[in-house]
Order: sequence, then structure tokens, then C-alpha cells
Amino acid sequence: MASDRMEAGTISITSRNGDEIEAYHARPMERTGYGSVVVIHHMPGYDSSTKEIARRFAAHGYGAVVPNLFHRYAPGASADDAAAAARAAGGVPDAQCLDDVAGAMAFLKAQPGANGKVGVIGYCSGGRQSYLSACNLDLDAAVDCYGGGVVATPDQLTPQRPVAVIDMTKDLRCPLLGLFGVNDANPSPEHVARMEEELTKHHKTFEFHSYEGAGHAFFWVERPSYNAEAARDGWHQIWNFYGKYLAS
Amino acid sequence: MCTYLTTTEQVSGTGLGAGGWFAIGQAVVYFDHPQQAPVEHALCIDFRPGDQADPARRVAIELDAPSARRLAESILATLAHDEVRALGVE
Repeated sequence: MASDRMEAGTISITSRNGDEIEAYHARPMERTGYGSVVVIHHMPGYDSSTKEIARRFAAHGYGAVVPNLFHRYAPGASADDAAAAARAAGGVPDAQCLDDVAGAMAFLKAQPGANGKVGVIGYCSGGRQSYLSACNLDLDAAVDCYGGGVVATPDQLTPQRPVAVIDMTKDLRCPLLGLFGVNDANPSPEHVARMEEELTKHHKTFEFHSYEGAGHAFFWVERPSYNAEAARDGWHQIWNFYGKYLAS
Repeated sequence: MCTYLTTTEQVSGTGLGAGGWFAIGQAVVYFDHPQQAPVEHALCIDFRPGDQADPARRVAIELDAPSARRLAESILATLAHDEVRALGVE
């Protein structure tokens, strides 16, 4: 039986732009040749729920890093205070997010037991950032969990998010798994259909699952939005997807 | 859904936080996932000293949408009351 021993804790990683940022790392201890995942936290922040997701990946034999995208706004602060500070500052710029994800990728690839393959997964705003990362970084697989704002109108663009991610689809560099709730307003079923249309147009490898009865944030176990059926199947799809694209 | 809609108002006042009273210079208003309130979305306000403030120095509230509307109406009604207007308040 394969060992399920793991190591997890807070570390510092170097962003691609040279900044040192806080991150959470979880990895299997007695395996080699494992795939790795960058876990992008949701808008409420770099919190215990997201760290739990990283440990879940390690328990399933993956290395995982959650970069604290809000670190610069509130070093050492609690997750909710940091989220508030980041929001007050206008949110995380896409370019900075890409630097941090690239830094996390480099860290994961350099781990002695890693097989060099790195995926990304993000939730809520992190779902959009996962899609963004997959269009701009050399990842091996990407998962977008109900990322709102991939489809954006010109008036929704900001200095922090200057380009609609949907318009980057032609540059998508890896297979994409999308997990959505039919009752979600952003991304709505219409947004998801628009994404499918664009991915198909550019001959990208993708698979989408939209769950009836589920809304936004159906993976978030501590919130009323949690939907057991959608979450259970969602995790099943994630293991299949990463098993296919991140294995040695 | 996650919303990115955030409105920042420059305000003047004081707030009582975990470390005592402090001067408030900014109110950040948004409707999104709350940290604590047991609802999917809430009207959230962070009262903060200002741009470069200690991130823990804030007064945060999360209200469900009907509560937030009632509160907003209540604030406006209070400010419009004859007794308040008689004080020369704009």
C-alpha cells in the first residue's frame, strides 16, 4: 500500500518578479514522481479552507502550493484582514498573479520528488485566475472552479484586469477542466456556453461539467453554498483529469 | 458568483475596533461572499483608517441585502429628520 504520509506548512516562495511571498505547501513524504498543483485561493482569501484543499491534494499523492496572492497587501495579517486590504487596493493585478503562480510552479518543479508536471486549480476569483494562468504559463493542466469574470464586458475591465480572459483562449496552453453550478449568476450558464464556444472555436482540449441544483462555491464546505453531490462528483472529475495529465 | 464591484468612499469619523477607538478615513463597500455571515452573499463594509493602514485596524460588517437596505434607509431617514436638520446638518 502506498504511503499516505504528508508534510504541510507555511513557506516563503519567490515570485517571478523577485518578491518573496507567503505560501502554503503540502506534499507526500514517501513518494517520488508525483505531479504538482498550484492552488489559487478564492476572493475571501488565503484561508484555512484553501489550505485544507492543498492537504487534500497531498493526501492523494500530489504536491501542492497555495501562493498567498494577498501577501503584499497585508504581510502577516489574518486571511480576512488581508482580503479586505486587497479589495481596498482594487484587487490583485493579473500580471502580479501570473508572477506568483509562475513562482509557485518553479518551486513545485524544483522539489526532489516531483515529476516536473504542474497543474493549476482555482476557486471563485481563483477560477478566473486559473484560466488566466493556463493561457499565459506553461502548465500541464488547468481546472477552473466557477471562476466569475472570465467573460467580461469592456466596462468590467480595470487597470488590475485589463483584458477579458475569454479573449486569451486562443493562447490556452493545456487541457482545461471547468466545474460550474447551473444556479450560479457569474459564471452563468450563458457565460459557460460562451466559454465552450470559444474553446471549441480554437480547437482546445477541455471538458466542462455543470451541476443542476448547485450555485457558486459548491466546494466550500464551511458555507451554505456547499453542495455535497456537486462537490463529490467535482472531486471525482479532478482526480480523473489530473490523473490523466499530471501523471509521470 | 464573485463580484468585483467595490466602492470606496472617503469618510470622516471614528470606529471602535479590537484595539479601541480609531479615526476612520475610508469605507469600502461591496456585495460578495462574506467571511462569517451565514449567507451566500452579503453587503460588506470595511471601515478603515485609510489607504496604508494596518490591515487589522478596521471595523467590518456583513449584512444580508434586506438588512443593508433597511440600514441605508434608516441612515437617510435619520439625517433627514427635522430635529437633525434643525442642527444645520447638510
